[in-house]
Amino acid sequence: MSAIVFESVHRQFERDGKSFPALDNVTLTVADKEFVALVGPSGCGKTTCLRMAAGFEAPSSGRVLVGGVPVTGPGPDRAVVFQQFALFPWKSVEDNIAFGLRNRKVPADERRERIAGAIRLMGLEGYETAFPHQLSGGMQQRVAIARAYVLDPQALLMDEPFGALDAQTRVVMQEELVRLARVNPRTVLFITHAVEEAVYLADRVAIMTRRPGRIKEVIDVRSIRAAEAWDRHERVEDVMDLESFVHLRTHIWRSLREEKVGGER
Amino acid sequence: MTADARPPSAAQTVGLGAVGLALFVGIWLALTLSGIVPRQFLPTPIDVLTRTFELLAHPFAGATLPVHVLSSFERYAYGFLLAAAIGVPLGLLMGRFSWLNDIVTPVFDGLRFIAPIAWVPFAALWFGTGIGGPIMIIFSGAFPPCLINAYRGARFVDRNYIEAAQMLGTRNMRTILEVLLPASFPSIIAGLRVGAGIGWQSLVGAELIVASAGVGYMMVQGQSNISTPTVVAGMIAIGIVGLLIDVLLRRLETHVRRRRGLA
Repeated sequence: MSAIVFESVHRQFERDGKSFPALDNVTLTVADKEFVALVGPSGCGKTTCLRMAAGFEAPSSGRVLVGGVPVTGPGPDRAVVFQQFALFPWKSVEDNIAFGLRNRKVPADERRERIAGAIRLMGLEGYETAFPHQLSGGMQQRVAIARAYVLDPQALLMDEPFGALDAQTRVVMQEELVRLARVNPRTVLFITHAVEEAVYLADRVAIMTRRPGRIKEVIDVRSIRAAEAWDRHERVEDVMDLESFVHLRTHIWRSLREEKVGGER
Repeated sequence: MTADARPPSAAQTVGLGAVGLALFVGIWLALTLSGIVPRQFLPTPIDVLTRTFELLAHPFAGATLPVHVLSSFERYAYGFLLAAAIGVPLGLLMGRFSWLNDIVTPVFDGLRFIAPIAWVPFAALWFGTGIGGPIMIIFSGAFPPCLINAYRGARFVDRNYIEAAQMLGTRNMRTILEVLLPASFPSIIAGLRVGAGIGWQSLVGAELIVASAGVGYMMVQGQSNISTPTVVAGMIAIGIVGLLIDVLLRRLETHVRRRRGLA
């Protein structure tokens, strides 16, 4: 079953009494346990797409379904990882991760177990009682990912999660996410403007046009990744050196560039 | 001449503060002892000091100075706590639900510029000389900052926190108590500080109508007895207690900010 479905989604914005189209007939399907990256020029509405799947915003027309059910509002079946982490600064690492579970009637034993599992999964052992401001950006984003993973959501919605991190940390987190996807595959919608990141992480990359955003092209990375055995390489930079990777990346770059040049006129 | 860019050390700060105080007292001494200002208009610092020590041990207007301070503080504590207990939750809810804000704002804005002392006639009429009058006046001074700051804290809360709570499946009540309240806490505590200050300042006005005890009452009695040193002793007591309240709340504020990594 398809986990996330955008069905002819349109979105208008109102400003000064005028109506601006932001999204124009977006149709996209993310299959169960599939990792789809959405790339596009800034302002194209990719974050709006994610916020619709999260239930923070509603389409002007069309439908967004998760697990076959139309999205009507935010909920823990669709966990979000925000660019700015959005951890609760007054709660410890452990309490941040526990926050969502405490909204449900999860027995205390099971809750402890799942939190410990999420902490292990994200390499946060020893930081349980630390507060977010005591951690680096990369560690904070690990906590945010753990907070989302621990809910065992139908879909993980990641909104430029590594956008606020420095380049080195970013690479480490990308490798970490690939490792996670192997250990514990999830349905992921991943927003980014970094083309390499999209190609490295995703099963498929969806390219959007400039505003009003449409899906311009969807590229299947998975088949190439398998055919060229990217997974033999542990490190991001080794994968990024492969000819097949470079080829894909350049293709997406060109596709995006057309949008940018067109946008500047 | 080069400007000294280094910030003064702690010892320097204390030293300079002492210089300011010494100058103040020195000018006061000079003016009163020289007779430039007659003693019946302004007592000398020595008179005030002597009187203050007297008041510590000997009752005036029915009680010693510490007892007057304590009974003032009791009224003040009720008034201030009531203001905080109503103002903070109401402000938070107004920040969360705009319809409530729309209901409360016109009434609140219409009342908040009325000085606490303007309520004295009604406080006397409604409560007589009981404890209710002063509580009402202190409340009217402390309430607006409590409400406004809680409102601003909740209204301008980082949307990310609310959305994070929502996507984690958090109900309204828990969102308010465990997200909105702590997220607004720095703003709330700043409001409590301002409210505590204004409430304490309103005290003397509040005690104009009290018949038994309190610093304000003691000062009024001092005035009727033409004992200016008693009045100044009361002023000093008010100043010191007010300062202590502020220091305490400032500590709390620093503590909260440090825990958040804001300081």
